[in-house]
Amino acid sequence: MKHKYLRNVVTLKLNEENCTGCGMCVNVCPHEVFLIKGGKAHIIDIDSCMECGACAKNCSFSAIEVKAGVGCAYGIIVGKLTGTEPNCGCSDNDSGCC
Amino acid sequence: MDESSKCDNQKECCCGSTTDNSQCCIDSSIEIIVSEESWVTGRVSTPIGEILQVSTKLTIYDKIGSWKARWGINRMNYKINPGLYCVENADKMSPILVTANYKLSFDMLRKELSGINAWILVLDTKGINVWCAAGKGTFGTYELVSRISMTNLSKVVDHKTVILPQLGAPGVSAHEVQKRSGFKVVFGPVRASDVKVFIGAGMKATSEMRKVKFNEYDRLVLTPIELVGTLKVSLMVFGVLFVLNLFSSNPFGTVDFYAYIGALLVGCVLVPILLPWIPGKAFAWKGWLMGMIWAAGVNALNGWPLNPEYSLVRALAYMLILPSISAFYAMNFTGASTYTSLSGVLKEMKTAVPAIIISAAIGGILLLMATFIPNI
Repeated sequence: MKHKYLRNVVTLKLNEENCTGCGMCVNVCPHEVFLIKGGKAHIIDIDSCMECGACAKNCSFSAIEVKAGVGCAYGIIVGKLTGTEPNCGCSDNDSGCC
Repeated sequence: MDESSKCDNQKECCCGSTTDNSQCCIDSSIEIIVSEESWVTGRVSTPIGEILQVSTKLTIYDKIGSWKARWGINRMNYKINPGLYCVENADKMSPILVTANYKLSFDMLRKELSGINAWILVLDTKGINVWCAAGKGTFGTYELVSRISMTNLSKVVDHKTVILPQLGAPGVSAHEVQKRSGFKVVFGPVRASDVKVFIGAGMKATSEMRKVKFNEYDRLVLTPIELVGTLKVSLMVFGVLFVLNLFSSNPFGTVDFYAYIGALLVGCVLVPILLPWIPGKAFAWKGWLMGMIWAAGVNALNGWPLNPEYSLVRALAYMLILPSISAFYAMNFTGASTYTSLSGVLKEMKTAVPAIIISAAIGGILLLMATFIPNI
């Protein structure tokens, strides 16, 4: 069963003019948001985007824009309380880094 | 060594406390090499010195270690030394697989490599798994490029390709890595179990291999850590209730106890397992709905509304408090899930957080009334 989250909230944007159809976004996307058709990438399932930022980071033509971050309520709460960016809370007591 | 200068340029550098600049931050978290570890099978000599050869079988120690990490025991320190490892009889043409130094990630990879000659390049992700570390940037372009140069990778192999798990992509910019290190990044499959087929197919991932799944088992193994996370708060709640009991006319009892534990289990275990089948999309809503069913169940178990063992006020309090608890913990599972976006979670929280606070506060007042005012 495919998981579905809230609709029409994602910040993902594709600038087709810059796109060369190299397919890197298709390779790195974990949720099949993109499809290459007619030599260009197309967003075919924007509501499945989780804003991980992999596509934008790996687009060497700067054709993709997304406000990447962790979709983690706990991280957002901790971020709000400490005045930092929402950060995944899973390494709070990280002893490895001082 | 130019590591100390690199270190100085790094903002997140953590060697601030040790004034000794010769010791770079990247290496500060590295423990002594432990060659007697059960997963080390030998040593191979390479142009860069001796490299540990690792087993492709998991022993009972690895399994106990995984289990402990899942339950939050020593989880933040379950890591191995970053660097290069050898699998089977890797040679100059063998593929290089990159992973995180969380022992669980490393184990998941090496157990899939029996019969494959390969190198494993372990990045220093501070003991965090690939995906989370990529989100933070520790499994990132900078760390990969510096690890490639620190291990002298180009002396070990005669090719210029490194295979990364696809979920490392949020942290690693393939074209940047190539520009800075000369190594081409190929993003492999999401799951280590597909690595063998991926390599066999000439480093081609099918669309199936690229998709993140989040099935019942995937969700189930994440629930222990959710529960462990509630322990501290729960003990505090019990402490407060115990103190209140000293003064109350209708002390808190077994019903309150199992009602609370049940609400926790609903939010931390039941909702994660039933996730796609619970109507609605927002996690907090799913938790609230299931928590409401639980609250109604608790009240029904106690004869409410026909012949209640406790007052209407207490019953109402449960209907307000229990769903809030479940909703809160279900909402927190967004962080463990594999498909929630930051924008989506922010939107959900805008409604959920005030609703949870108000509902729990009113419920709390009602519960205190039921506890302290006789015959209510």
